[in-house]
Amino acid sequence: MLDLYLYNITNGLIIGAFYVLMALGLSLILNLSGIINFAHGGFLAIGGYFAYTLTPTIGFWGALIVSPLLTALLGLVIERLLIRRLYGRDPLYSLLLTFGLAFIFQDMTRYIWGAQGLPVSVPAFMGQPLSSQFFFITGYRLFMVGVVAIVVTLLFVFLRYSKVGMRIRAATLDLDTVAALGVNVRVLRTFNFSLGIFLAGLSGVLAGGQLGLEPTMGDNLLMPSFIAIIVGGVGSLTGTLLGGLLIGVASALTSIKFPAASDAVMYVLMAVILLVRPRGLFGEEGMLT
Amino acid sequence: MSVASLPGSRAAAQKPLAAVLVWLLLLAAPYWMPYLGGYTALGTRVLVLGLAAMSLNFLLGFTGVLSFGHAAYFGLGAYGAGLALKFLTNSTPLALILGTLLGGIAGAVLGALIVRRRGVYFAMVTIAFGQVFYYIAFQWSSLTGGDDGLRGFARQPLNLGFTTVDILSNGEAFYYFVLLCFAIAVGLMAFLLRSPFGRTLLAIRENERRARFLGIPVELHIWLAFVISCFFIALAGGLYALLNNFADPRGLHYSQSGDFVIMAVMGGMRSFWGPLLGAAIFIVLQDYISSITINWMSFIGLLFVVVVLLFPRGLLGFLQRGSVK
Repeated sequence: MLDLYLYNITNGLIIGAFYVLMALGLSLILNLSGIINFAHGGFLAIGGYFAYTLTPTIGFWGALIVSPLLTALLGLVIERLLIRRLYGRDPLYSLLLTFGLAFIFQDMTRYIWGAQGLPVSVPAFMGQPLSSQFFFITGYRLFMVGVVAIVVTLLFVFLRYSKVGMRIRAATLDLDTVAALGVNVRVLRTFNFSLGIFLAGLSGVLAGGQLGLEPTMGDNLLMPSFIAIIVGGVGSLTGTLLGGLLIGVASALTSIKFPAASDAVMYVLMAVILLVRPRGLFGEEGMLT
Repeated sequence: MSVASLPGSRAAAQKPLAAVLVWLLLLAAPYWMPYLGGYTALGTRVLVLGLAAMSLNFLLGFTGVLSFGHAAYFGLGAYGAGLALKFLTNSTPLALILGTLLGGIAGAVLGALIVRRRGVYFAMVTIAFGQVFYYIAFQWSSLTGGDDGLRGFARQPLNLGFTTVDILSNGEAFYYFVLLCFAIAVGLMAFLLRSPFGRTLLAIRENERRARFLGIPVELHIWLAFVISCFFIALAGGLYALLNNFADPRGLHYSQSGDFVIMAVMGGMRSFWGPLLGAAIFIVLQDYISSITINWMSFIGLLFVVVVLLFPRGLLGFLQRGSVK
């Protein structure tokens, strides 16, 4: 019985780590530029497929680093060409445009790599369970959680202590003043967008190694990421982090007794938060960290 | 600037000619459409999805509040009407009313939570809540048919007492039945928009803070507009289920919400008839593109991008501005 709970909590944390990685990217872009990026799931899938194509030549470790960078590069181009035109406009337009982009990404991945699922091959030693008692903890799962933990820590340290990170946090609170102080806000936003897309690409590679690749793989993670942001509170990255882990564990625990309600529980959680604390756990007034 | 002269109300209130033209075109549709390569069922789809887009626009264009999750209430209307016909009644109008009630009441409950937020946050909450019903329809397959959708029901002939109208096998009769429902809903919408209540919504759209200073209970009005728009879109959903004799879980998905929003924006969300025009163009384009290429999704995606970058005011907005110059 204890094993069952342990198993589900571990599962929930792993799933939650994905939500966190994806939601942090969304949150970065939303906080600084006011853009809800519907195409985030598409970027995630593309990151995974890049890894699939690159693994035979540069190996898993190379792909783990190169594919998110390539995805970020794609994000940079898209930001320069399209997203930039949406800054300062009604959120309606950014929603519609990124929604259209999501369609194009999904269709193009299907066109290039095919509709069937593809694997990202991970080094064989990571596929083994670590112990016979806790069979569900494979090396790869531990590795995924480790990577997410390291990346999230680096992100928070970067935002807290680096010059660019401080500019991002300051511009989130007051873009006009930061611009007036001589910071190139256009470049800052481009960098910030690419950083968010980098996180999406990284989640894509990690998810591909565990679950395989499908053109629609990002869509299933998109809604939980939205909920993580709403539960945690728009404007707070700490909130997003906790929100992601919270809904991951909540839905995994629910699946012990009511497997059919494991998705619904996230929405119940969101409804409760909105009732009790409309701005989310760490909402709005909180700084970025 | 007085509220009465706001641009959004012009098309509805000051252009009776446009309204007469639209109604004439709709009434005669089964007769002129075949010449343009259309067919009656396509016309019925335009009418139903046009009603859905106009319902969404009641909120988006006339209250200034963006819901990106309206497919949920559309789909609830569809499942409600379908389930009612399957298990409860063999009266088509009653099933339609039950579907409308289901979607509208769900909108009233969730709306009370949603209106607590504004702006980007509001849009995100509507999207997320919209997905609840998709998952429910998807997972509760014993009732809803799950991924395959709800089957096993059909619209029933209308019993008017003195005669029965066969809307099941006669496509034209069904078109006129849908047109009647459309006319009632759209008439009610126009009436609401002209009423002091509708003017208040426009005032909130134009300047929420000023409306609040005037003592208008803004949250209550936005909630009411949300609920009204949910009732109308649930009616459209019910009609859609009757049209296909089928309810699809994809009709509850947020991508369907996106379709409704793009219809409203493409046609012109500041004009009364804009969303209907947008729906007509979207449906015909989708029909055509998916018949010539397997990459139709990319083209539809491209359409979204083009509308946002080049026609953010929609076709009617674009034309109106053009004619003023």
